[in-house]
Amino acid sequence: MSSITINGEVREFSGDPNMPLLWYVRDMLNLTGTKFGCGAGVCGACTVHLDGVAVRSCQTTVGEAAGKSVTTIEGLSPDGEHPVQKAWRKINVPQCGYCQAGQIMQAASLLASNQSPSDGEITEAMTGNICRCGCYQRIHEAIRLAAGGV
Amino acid sequence: MLHYLKNEIDAGTEPKINVEISSVSRRGILGGLLAGTGLVLAARFTPAGAAEHLKPYPTAGLSMPSGVVSDPHIFIAIEPDGALTIVTHRSEMGTGIRTSLPMVVADEMGADWSRVKLVQAPGDEPKYGNQDTDGSRSMRHFIQPMRQCGAAMRQMLEMAAAAKWNVDVSLCHARNHEVALLDKNKKETGKVFSFGELAEAAMTVPVPAPETILYKSPSEFTYMGKGEVQMADLHNITTGKATYGADVRLPNMKYAVIARPAVVSGKIKSYDASAALKVPGVEAVHEIEGVFSVPRKFHQLGGIAVVANSTYAAMQGRDALTIEWDNGPNASYDTDAYTAELSATAAKPGKVIRNQGDPDAAFAKAKDVVTAEYHGRHIAQAPMEPLVAIARIVDGKAEVWSSVQSPYGARKDIADALKMPIEDVTVHVTLLGGGFGRKSKWDFMLETALLSQKMGGAPVLLQWTREDDIQHAFYHTTSVERIEVALDEAGKVSGWRHRTVAPSIVSTFKQDDGYQFPIEYGMGFVDMPFDIPNVRCENGQAMAHTRIGWYRSVANIPRAFAVQSMVAEVAAKLGRDPKDFLLEMIGPDREIDPKKAGFPEEFWNYGEPYEQFPINTARLKNVVRVAAEKAGWGKKLPARQGLGIAAHRSFASYVASVVHVAIDDDGTIRVPHVTSAIDCGFHVNPERIRSQMEGAAVMGMSNALYSGITFKNGAVEQSNFTDYEVARMSNFPQKVSVHIIEADWAVHAGGVGEPGVPPFAPALANAIFAATGKRLRNMPMGEKIA
Repeated sequence: MSSITINGEVREFSGDPNMPLLWYVRDMLNLTGTKFGCGAGVCGACTVHLDGVAVRSCQTTVGEAAGKSVTTIEGLSPDGEHPVQKAWRKINVPQCGYCQAGQIMQAASLLASNQSPSDGEITEAMTGNICRCGCYQRIHEAIRLAAGGV
Repeated sequence: MLHYLKNEIDAGTEPKINVEISSVSRRGILGGLLAGTGLVLAARFTPAGAAEHLKPYPTAGLSMPSGVVSDPHIFIAIEPDGALTIVTHRSEMGTGIRTSLPMVVADEMGADWSRVKLVQAPGDEPKYGNQDTDGSRSMRHFIQPMRQCGAAMRQMLEMAAAAKWNVDVSLCHARNHEVALLDKNKKETGKVFSFGELAEAAMTVPVPAPETILYKSPSEFTYMGKGEVQMADLHNITTGKATYGADVRLPNMKYAVIARPAVVSGKIKSYDASAALKVPGVEAVHEIEGVFSVPRKFHQLGGIAVVANSTYAAMQGRDALTIEWDNGPNASYDTDAYTAELSATAAKPGKVIRNQGDPDAAFAKAKDVVTAEYHGRHIAQAPMEPLVAIARIVDGKAEVWSSVQSPYGARKDIADALKMPIEDVTVHVTLLGGGFGRKSKWDFMLETALLSQKMGGAPVLLQWTREDDIQHAFYHTTSVERIEVALDEAGKVSGWRHRTVAPSIVSTFKQDDGYQFPIEYGMGFVDMPFDIPNVRCENGQAMAHTRIGWYRSVANIPRAFAVQSMVAEVAAKLGRDPKDFLLEMIGPDREIDPKKAGFPEEFWNYGEPYEQFPINTARLKNVVRVAAEKAGWGKKLPARQGLGIAAHRSFASYVASVVHVAIDDDGTIRVPHVTSAIDCGFHVNPERIRSQMEGAAVMGMSNALYSGITFKNGAVEQSNFTDYEVARMSNFPQKVSVHIIEADWAVHAGGVGEPGVPPFAPALANAIFAATGKRLRNMPMGEKIA
């Protein structure tokens, strides 16, 4: 039995501890905001926070998350008013939107540890998150906006 | 694309503009605008807010199954409290169409967008008109019916108000979700009825005949052309609440994945599921029979499905399967050998598709001939959302949820596969996490429906993994485009010979003969717009050994790469400025006469009637000039930097792009700036046009530098974003400046989703040449240059 705090709520898990957190939150908890993109940790669509730091939930097992605190896109802000979310809407970042939860969680994690990242630091932090629609220019702009205060 | 395909494959007997409109009218529904062609009726009244009769023009939308529908009763519902529901019947995969078309309806109605609720239509083309969302057609085909729908609804509201006030309708003016009463001087009296108050009465007013409908003039537009309406799903996307294909939850839903043959047409010889069934959480294993008859169309490949209580358990169960395959007739498909074959074929004469003048004589007399071959690899669409569908069958009725581009085509095939009448099958459309053509092909939905049927109708979510997506796509073709250019004594281009050799999309739909078909010929090959007296376009034979499908921009990708690279190569040979030479090649302002230019009889113009959507060289030259000027063409750049330009007409729109390249010390090809000009005619949502053009540059960069699918022993060699690479933030076109050519209603709306992609790769290759003197002719070119 593992105990994980997910979006502030303590959850008990008794299944295979090797199950990736991604499938636990999606299939067991019905928290579908976290997306499956590659299953290999190379696209970032499934990014969540583990104790406040961005991780790939397809590469993080439930066992590894035991005793820790997980935040998914649903838990980033109760009303969707996190500065990154606000900046995203102000810049009209998304196209199809599928990768955006992962992008937003990655960006929020970056800004939590670095309040005014340089362009190079933004690129470095975000390069693991693929957007096939090609919203990178606006993602970059939105992160700068969020850092400067929305 | 789909219905075009059907028309092209069945070509010969059917009239191009068919009887869909009259059949729609018989059902009491307002048909398309064609019904009003040529009728000029005096306005009986002129409401203050709606000043224009619009002359309808035919589009290919009319010749599609179910045509177009514009009946307000189908698309609009108004509640007594004024809440306005607008049905959106095209699939949203990132273009913003789910917002843009309803916005057109709301604007023509005089409605307040903040009170609009959108409802996504299920797959039901007889009711909504065509729903096949690809080919950059949504705006091109539905701008007229949606304006008509909204304007008709406005007049119905005004007529209902006129009846209540007992005044002439010319004194009633809809705006801001109300109808205002006007005095004789057309000034507002202060009396109003809200749309909610009028709703019930308005819905009983007969729908006005098309020729009596008055439209807003552009100065009266509230939303169209402003770019101020945000995407309807924006807030939900940023909070994780938006619903994509895998996000629908049904009670007792199971999760499944399928093991499929590595080689197309491979069959299962035997399998052992005993280890899979021992995996905790795995509940069942079912064989899904493949369809092996030709043509394969979108039928499932076949394989072994593992059903479990989580996606993770299903994947583990799949890993534990033991399957012996018979790889079948495509087991020798090998990219290296095949490419050599394509190249050899391109060196020999092929089937003549276009002939103008006497190219043989021109080449015989030429002082010089420039020859080059341009290669392209297969590409997998790889939308960020891998394919997924959910199905269940309850009391003999099947329901399927999916992120699909063609919900009605899918519904028909699902009904056939399940042996059920189509009325008993419902296809719900979620948001699409990208599509790029892959989600026009519904093999994954057939698998899901068949699996649910095998499970006694139990609800099941079938998830494709990224590996499945990359290894079982309907691939963008692999191609050799060979172009020879004859130069005469005066250094003028006197002849053009273009050979295309590539396995064809049509192989998916009919017995393959190795030749392409008019849709592919029409994408930048026979429609080459240059003012050259002697032209020949030939197609060499290339048999398909995998499933060939379409990918955003389709055959325009290799054609624009070849043609626009060749223009710059000849310019370099002649010592000319590439932009000036491109303009000279396009030649005088004109609408190209397909007959005089030797186009084939069955020339395919994106399905559109040519006289309505002709190839207009003035528009093409204009985007070249605008892009060049805005990019500062001719400016001095540091060493290892350069500008390249390319222009291409596709999907009835014109795009030119200037790519600024800067080569890093380590040879990495970087793109600090792209300047694009697009002329897509009349347009309503410039903000989303910009986002499409920005995205097109990024996808263009993926195509140009990174993405290539190769085959060995019949199987795809790549498996995930590790070896099938796409542009990331570490190297992407950092700034894309988009210039949209203003156009009034008279310039018919063209496509937007696809036309931005084709010019990028050649503009990049031309910029690399300007920066380094090296000419790259094989896509993907790789990230670094020596």
